[in-house]
Amino acid sequence: MKGARSADVIVIGGGLHGLSCALYLAQAGRRVCIVEKNTIGRHASSANAGGVRQLGRALPEVPLACAALPIWHDIRALVDDDCGFVNSGQIKVAETESQLLSLTERRKTLLGLGYEHEEIIGKQELYDRLPALAPGCVGGMIVQSDGHANPFRTVQAFRRKVESLGVSILENTAVTRVSNRGQTWQINPTREIIEAPVVVNAAGAWGGQIATMLGDHAPVRATALMLMVTERLVPFITPVVGAQGRSLSFKQFDNGTVLIGGAYEGRAEPGHNQTHLDFGGLARNAAAAAALFPAMRRAKILRCWAGIEGQLPDNIPIIGAGRKKGVFHAIGFSAHGFALTPIVGKIIADLVVHGVSGFSTQAFAAGRFASG
Amino acid sequence: MKPNYDIAVIGAGPAGMAAAATAAGQGATVLLIDEQDTPGGQIYRSLSRQNLKDKAILGPEYYAGHKLIAELETSRVEYCPGTTVWQVSEEREIGISGNGAARLLTADQIIIATGAQERPFPVLGWTLPGVMGAGAAQVLLKTGGVTLPDAVFVGTGPLLYLVAHQYLRAGIPIKAILDTTPQGNTFRALAHLPKALADLPSLIKGRRWISQLRASGIAFIKHVGDVRCVGEDTVEAIEYWQSGQWNRIETQAVFLHQGVVPNVNLAMAAGCEHIWNNAQLCWHAKTDKWSQSSIPGISVTGDGAGINGAKSAEISGRIAALGALHRCDLIDTAARDRLAAPARRALAREVRIRPFLDALFRPSQNFRVPANDQTIVCRCEEVTAGAIREAVDLGCMGPNQLKSFTRCGMGPCQGRMCSLTATEIIAQSRNETVANIGAMRLRPPVKPLLLGELADLAIPPDEPNPKVG
Repeated sequence: MKGARSADVIVIGGGLHGLSCALYLAQAGRRVCIVEKNTIGRHASSANAGGVRQLGRALPEVPLACAALPIWHDIRALVDDDCGFVNSGQIKVAETESQLLSLTERRKTLLGLGYEHEEIIGKQELYDRLPALAPGCVGGMIVQSDGHANPFRTVQAFRRKVESLGVSILENTAVTRVSNRGQTWQINPTREIIEAPVVVNAAGAWGGQIATMLGDHAPVRATALMLMVTERLVPFITPVVGAQGRSLSFKQFDNGTVLIGGAYEGRAEPGHNQTHLDFGGLARNAAAAAALFPAMRRAKILRCWAGIEGQLPDNIPIIGAGRKKGVFHAIGFSAHGFALTPIVGKIIADLVVHGVSGFSTQAFAAGRFASG
Repeated sequence: MKPNYDIAVIGAGPAGMAAAATAAGQGATVLLIDEQDTPGGQIYRSLSRQNLKDKAILGPEYYAGHKLIAELETSRVEYCPGTTVWQVSEEREIGISGNGAARLLTADQIIIATGAQERPFPVLGWTLPGVMGAGAAQVLLKTGGVTLPDAVFVGTGPLLYLVAHQYLRAGIPIKAILDTTPQGNTFRALAHLPKALADLPSLIKGRRWISQLRASGIAFIKHVGDVRCVGEDTVEAIEYWQSGQWNRIETQAVFLHQGVVPNVNLAMAAGCEHIWNNAQLCWHAKTDKWSQSSIPGISVTGDGAGINGAKSAEISGRIAALGALHRCDLIDTAARDRLAAPARRALAREVRIRPFLDALFRPSQNFRVPANDQTIVCRCEEVTAGAIREAVDLGCMGPNQLKSFTRCGMGPCQGRMCSLTATEIIAQSRNETVANIGAMRLRPPVKPLLLGELADLAIPPDEPNPKVG
């Protein structure tokens, strides 16, 4: 048995949320050790669509997304790299009057809560902004400050930054056991012991198992979210596009390739770190894209893939303290966690360091899933 | 309902044709899918509509394919030409595309017989118009396309000499042959010569091609240590390093070749386990004695499972079919083993020469791992050898991370032209073995698929996904 390695905080999971937690904790002077079972950013952190979105967020997430966006606009100040962030805006298209009405209701709800970022646009402006859109759409909702970033580049930038702050990263190190002695948590007590008074669970799709080890119940389900990318096309669209009546995420990168997703699920094998595609689902995804942008029918699809993501039953994450002292969770982002990266780390760091953060995390409590 | 077959065979070269005909002969329902419009694969390409009058040009090995094509044509195989396969799943679902429409089907057994492709030959200027593989030069001859006179042939390996010899027989002038076979190869190959002597006719045939090429007066330059293709918009000359100096030959056409490697993309994307073959310097599927891969029900046979040539591929295809028939319960164990016995004996005879050829024509390191940082490795995304080494310096561990670092392998060719080179560069830079570095992970669709074709597969069309709010 090797000697114990000690830290102020152990972060389990080297995805973007783990990196972000480590970054803010290190900035607050904490000695942080990240323990990652594969390699940094191996799963959903690198394989996601890179959407940076306030548009259409579940209500509890709205304050977080609105706090994250200014950080993205100046992401270089945080990680010394622009992460490929583009302030392209995001638009949700309404194809029918009733869909437009739903969007209008949604705007009223947000206005009532004091949020003005979601704006309704009429038919004219919609087609001015999206000339390639299929005829017949009636309007939409836009958030001008939204955009997208490059997930891989973001992972690399966060990694470099936390390393420069002295965070130690243990890759290919799976957490197999956790024990609690007095004020100290021990990770892998039968092998290389790492001990710290605080443990942050940022294990993504594997976060449920880690939560159990830490004394909490988190019904995280591993999903394989599929994406496809086309060959390079002549630039024809700037904003990221979704649809009120369809499951679709659609964006064109600077290099001309078009990324198409929409949370269609393949099959995840989290035990083997593998995903399998379901072309039936990809076909529905392609049909949704072709319905909004008919010219896309002639585009060649070059690659389809899926990343393993953690899904919670109510579609929003678990963020905050666990039942036992020194335990914190940031897991289960349910296919829309990328944009929240730079704010979730701050919230967790504030909770660890000060015991409070500027945000209500009540809606994200692990306890909401407690059974009896 | 997706159509289902007992056995689906992918690729109508010697291995695929033999597998399909053998399987249908035992009563299986068989679908044979192939990209080309006529059966034959690369070796017997366009044979069934060949109109070259002089049969001596392409030689008896080419016309020998008639027998196998006839066997296929008189069988009950459902033959599906002009069709690409863009996906094979572990659940044995096959995605195909032809005549502008995509389809999904299933099979109890799948036999992947996607053959070989030319090994990439990354040198300065290899992307210039006018520079092509010797294999492509042979396609021009077989399909009656425009042939290029006064070309310079560059490289090593039986196919290089064969194509040059076919050009010679066709009366198409050749400017020079630059032989890049490393000097030490002959010595290392000698150890395998005794076994290879059992296949004396093949050895004699190869020697005859080379001696006739040299006797014809074509400049035949041996021990070429480096080459670069030069030109502004198209190739104008080739420069080569020999005897301590650079020399130059003006030419409008350069045919490069340094052997063939298994065409692994489909099997890899399906998830079949692959192994690195250090004698042949390539990845190929790991298979059992019946050609079954690591995935039950998916077999890989012919050159796709290791380079052994057309005759071996045909025999291997029959053995793979017998294994698949047995797993379909269409023949019993005794019948399978009885039918396979003569094929196994024939296969043992065919492969005797292979270790000798592998050693003799092993391409040198400097033609596989370009020393010049300016050399383009990934043609689609124009990624240079220098950019790959830079990525390694930044912490890139293997070809999969390399995709994110540089976009190498992310273009339309799906890594066909760069993955081997990129992997070998990383291995060299990190002082690791290629086997430890690992292969580039391939993602379906293995062949480009139109978004409209995929969309038309949606059942029911446009069904909104309930999972996302």
